[in-house]
Amino acid sequence: MGVEGIGARVARKEDKRFLMGQGKYTDDMSVPGMCYAAFVRSPHAHAKIRSIDISAAADMPGVIGVLNGKQMLDDGIGNLICGWMIHSKDGSPMKMGAWRPIAHDTVRYVGDAVAVVVADTMGEARDAAEAVVVEYDVLPAVTDAVKALEAGQPQLHPEAPGNLIYDWEIGDGAATDAAIAAAAHVTEMKIVNNRLAPNPMEPRAALGIYDSAEDHYTCYTTSQNPHVARLVMSAFYNVAPENKLRVIAPDVGGGFGSKIYIYPEEIVCLWASKRTGVPVKWTSDRTEAFLTDAHGRDHVSTVKMAFDADNRVTALKVDTIANFGAYMSLFSSAVPTYLYATLLSGQYNFPAIHANVRAVYTNTVAVDAYRGAGRPEATYLLERTMETAARELGVSPAELRRINFIRSFPHQTPVIMNYDAGDYEASLEAAMKAADWAGFPARKAEAAGRGMKRGIGMSCYIEACGIAPSAAVGSLGAGVGLWESAEVRVNAVGTVEVLTGSHSHGQGHETTFAQLVADRFGVPLDSVSIVHGDTDKVQMGMGTYGSRSGAVGMSAVVKALDKVETKAKKIAAHLMEADESDIVIENGALKVAGTDKSVPWFQMALAAYTAHNLPSGMEPGLKEGAFYDPANFTFPAGCYIAEVEVDPDTGKTKIVQFVAADDFGNIINPMIVEGQVHGGIAQGIGQALLEGVHYDPETGQLLTASYMDYTMPRADDLPSFQVSHQITPCPNNPLGIKGCGEAGAIGSPPALMNAITDAIGNNDLTMPATPQKVWAAARATAN
Amino acid sequence: MAKVAMTVNGRKVSKECEGRTLLVHFLRDTLSLTGTHIGCDTSQCGACVVHMDGKAVKSCSMLAAQAAGAEILTIEGLAANGELHPVQAAFKANHGLQCGFCTPGMVMTAVDMINRYGAKLNEQTVRENLEGNICRCTGYHNIVKAILAAAEDMGAAGRQAAE
Repeated sequence: MGVEGIGARVARKEDKRFLMGQGKYTDDMSVPGMCYAAFVRSPHAHAKIRSIDISAAADMPGVIGVLNGKQMLDDGIGNLICGWMIHSKDGSPMKMGAWRPIAHDTVRYVGDAVAVVVADTMGEARDAAEAVVVEYDVLPAVTDAVKALEAGQPQLHPEAPGNLIYDWEIGDGAATDAAIAAAAHVTEMKIVNNRLAPNPMEPRAALGIYDSAEDHYTCYTTSQNPHVARLVMSAFYNVAPENKLRVIAPDVGGGFGSKIYIYPEEIVCLWASKRTGVPVKWTSDRTEAFLTDAHGRDHVSTVKMAFDADNRVTALKVDTIANFGAYMSLFSSAVPTYLYATLLSGQYNFPAIHANVRAVYTNTVAVDAYRGAGRPEATYLLERTMETAARELGVSPAELRRINFIRSFPHQTPVIMNYDAGDYEASLEAAMKAADWAGFPARKAEAAGRGMKRGIGMSCYIEACGIAPSAAVGSLGAGVGLWESAEVRVNAVGTVEVLTGSHSHGQGHETTFAQLVADRFGVPLDSVSIVHGDTDKVQMGMGTYGSRSGAVGMSAVVKALDKVETKAKKIAAHLMEADESDIVIENGALKVAGTDKSVPWFQMALAAYTAHNLPSGMEPGLKEGAFYDPANFTFPAGCYIAEVEVDPDTGKTKIVQFVAADDFGNIINPMIVEGQVHGGIAQGIGQALLEGVHYDPETGQLLTASYMDYTMPRADDLPSFQVSHQITPCPNNPLGIKGCGEAGAIGSPPALMNAITDAIGNNDLTMPATPQKVWAAARATAN
Repeated sequence: MAKVAMTVNGRKVSKECEGRTLLVHFLRDTLSLTGTHIGCDTSQCGACVVHMDGKAVKSCSMLAAQAAGAEILTIEGLAANGELHPVQAAFKANHGLQCGFCTPGMVMTAVDMINRYGAKLNEQTVRENLEGNICRCTGYHNIVKAILAAAEDMGAAGRQAAE
């Protein structure tokens, strides 16, 4: 590795503009004549729209237009879609209800848009939105997914009787039931995975610009995948054909999944721009974000884990109800199925697994992938159950896991996945050593002396990243392929531009992708630029989510670099009258191995473009593109340990140490990988201790719609983290990368809950483990 | 509409704005200083922190008119002659930012914190004083490291200057 190459702890190229306030986020964009949109949103969770009176609003200062859903329908704007087909176990396709960008008939959650005002200033647009009078016939609402399945509950969509979207299963039910019947011990639990709001710090925004002379649309938007946005807006929402629609996702302030989806607002801004003849910008405020950004998690499950007399798991049976909210968001259907149930084998050699998943409509905002997406739910269920089983069986938590670890690879699980490489024991040992697990009893005794209850807990997680082989996901119902594209352009002076379909919204691609080029050609990092996020510059791409940018996006770059290297060597060999196979690239020069002959990189590049002296028949220029379709998922795994002290008088949990030991395969930039782990852990700790979306069960009002009500993790809620890496390279991609973006959020919640329940001696505790809940649970045991 | 005059990043400005205009909107929309961000509606997140007369304020929580006559320093005015301020440099060196959205507010808060505490800063003080700034990317780990490193650097620079 060079100082700037693969494995180097390089400071980020993109930092300077962010640190100087020169980042360019969507809301920072301004174009001549730009006006502002404000949405009129339903205050009811479920209602029929009786009438919309815009007369007062239309006359207010600065108002250019007040538009409604009927006009959108008349203009042929299509329904929002879910892009992954799931079939129920009876063979029937999932039941997708119609989702209009602006409701014209029925509203189904608090925040559903019913009209939009366009005005000269944001203040005028908001004033006028207040003056739109909407009359509703209010209907009963249901927000809880378990309740929504019961008879007599409000029905959301005529397409989905009983609010049931699908009733899906995976695995061998008969073998699982037989193993449970024959088991020496069965651990049973009810597991609730709390509903979360993703909360990237940059609220969503969109700027729609219609050019009537060219009949062309431009959309600046806060997207993790601008090309998918263009595809979907073109192919399904009929906004414009792809060649007439440019989507730009400039600097994007975090996503965590919530900016994968194509929301009503960007469609409305584009459509409204054509309708009104002015560029239209909308920026969400935080309450609007809580109301309308897709939420995450919200599973209720029962689990049975069966053991033989040697404490080996013989079967796992899971029944899950997943809350989908009022509409099926873009990837929602895949989350509790192929991103969840396929990971229920964890790090363990389970002979039989059966999972049943029911997806349910409720009068809440849509639920879709949030950091980890299905894998945190699977890990939480497994690792809480494994810990509980260890306590029931009287075995140490580490020992029970060790007995059941998968130890040879490749390993075919009973739920589709084929694990390619891993060393789960290594991460377990590293974590236990870092946490000084052996010294815990002494620390517990010392804490008890101070009247504090100290507990320790672990979790061993696995996840599937690098999504995903296109043919495989296609066979499972995906509407798209999940390859990635790259183009490497070597300029005539030897500087390099890499165009990628991956999108960076905090991950540092401008640095890590450039490190690949610096490593390969020995050119300075500063001479490499990464271009992403603009459909006019990058032809096509699938974007960034599911920890796929390293394993898939970088692999595409490597493929393109291979082609560039081949041509560069041919040119250099020709210039030096040497054999192509003798050319090596070192320190920014192409050399004939074993001689002192060399050509600087820039001189070779210049030769490619002057084309005065190229090998016979070679095309001028030096630019190569590649599409990379992964051969398999990748399987990051690791072990997390949390140690806590609970104050029995207040129920307050203090995290006294948090240890992460991860195997992400090979690492391009350890500093950036550690940062990803820190952030993921913070979100996982947030889920376990602080965060939870609450709707009023009767009215469907969102009770946690601001930072006054929804507890975001703050600096004084968290400790510093101890992070280490164990490396088993992924055998299925050229860099041996597995992916690191989601692990922290996946591994940490069960570790923390296992620690708190260990501390208080009561296993009956749900997330978030607020002081009130912990205090009550601790007292319940004390009494 | 009212005319509001103040000094922003050393430059005198005088602009018409609606009476209800918040300082953050005046900076972003009227002066096109978009480095100051808006991350919430309830003065919780701190993405909008600027300095008014040398002290950190949340620019979403005051009217532009209330800043009339004041000296305002925004993130755009922190670096001198293209050189990063020691706090900015420490955020870069310690990977104290990811998506960059909370960063301007974090940096302005950090500068204020170091001005107030100097060498007395420790991890706990930094964490407590970051209570009004929310970051969703970093888990604060590297932000805390960066602020402590900057405080150390600035203290050392201050000692050198004094000697």
